[in-house]
Amino acid sequence: MKRINSLFLLAFTVALLLYACVENPYTQGKILYTNFCERCHMEDGTGLRGIIPPLAGSDFLLKNPADLPCIIRYGLKGPVDVNGKTYQTEMPGEPKLTEFEITNIINYINTSWGNTGELAKHPAVREKLKECEEAQSLGK
Amino acid sequence: MKYLFLFINSLLFVWGCQEPSPGNLPILGERDFVDGDTVYHAIPDFAFLNQDSQLVSNETFAGKAYVADFFFTHCPTICPKTSAQMLRIYEHFENEDRLLLVAHTVDPKRDTVAALKRYSDGLGVSSKKWHFLTGEKDVIYEIADDYFSIAMEDPEAPGGFDHSGRLILVDKYRHIRSFCDGTDPADVDRFMKDIETLLNEENK
Repeated sequence: MKRINSLFLLAFTVALLLYACVENPYTQGKILYTNFCERCHMEDGTGLRGIIPPLAGSDFLLKNPADLPCIIRYGLKGPVDVNGKTYQTEMPGEPKLTEFEITNIINYINTSWGNTGELAKHPAVREKLKECEEAQSLGK
Repeated sequence: MKYLFLFINSLLFVWGCQEPSPGNLPILGERDFVDGDTVYHAIPDFAFLNQDSQLVSNETFAGKAYVADFFFTHCPTICPKTSAQMLRIYEHFENEDRLLLVAHTVDPKRDTVAALKRYSDGLGVSSKKWHFLTGEKDVIYEIADDYFSIAMEDPEAPGGFDHSGRLILVDKYRHIRSFCDGTDPADVDRFMKDIETLLNEENK
């Protein structure tokens, strides 16, 4: 009986591990993406043709990894070039998101839809957000 | 007014649950009986400007069916999704001359002809097929009622406007024949089948 139990436990652990490896590990990032980003950038990260730039396969993400935390918190004004196309739509910021939440969103995006961007680390995100916060308060 | 709208909505909902007979879409909305004849709900006369500053009226849709919705370009909530679904319909029926698309802005102050032109150019769609309309705010809000849609200013709503994300199918007799939730791709699949049913019906 004991052996069956431990076999069962082993099988369960293996199943859990497999599940964890297949699923995107950034569960919080996914939930936050759904609540804050998805209505414009879409569930599959494709955006809206000519209006909202894609996040899936976006060269902008690869070229500007350090700018992402501030874009998520403070938004983006003015034209932005993504995959050879210029987008004019202003992106609203999400000022209430915390450093951790922003880190998780970036990592969800960078590990979804075949994206291969480098993972964001919390200390770097915090540092960058601090810089932007100071720049924002100077600007006002 | 809001309650009346909700009431009509729930009636429509119950109605929508009934399986329509194949090959025949119902005519939706309230109906009157005049001298023994049934008078169906119909889209009233209208005239708005499109993204090319061209006057668009009922005449523009003479002999054609069209899909209508309400949106605004600064919309931070549901509009990108409904526009993406409108784009799906546009691409699917691109070569179908008997179907047009119409998006009414609920924010004419910011959505000038030029702003709508930028939006439609961004999407890369033809202004002969997909009209983006602007006009007097009150006139737009009033006609939204006729399309079973909500359009109103609401400072509390994200972006400053409250509106429904419905897509409405209007036939060449100005009758509403189907609608769907423009944020739900599965519902839009069903809606696109309804469009085909309507176009086939008109073949007969």
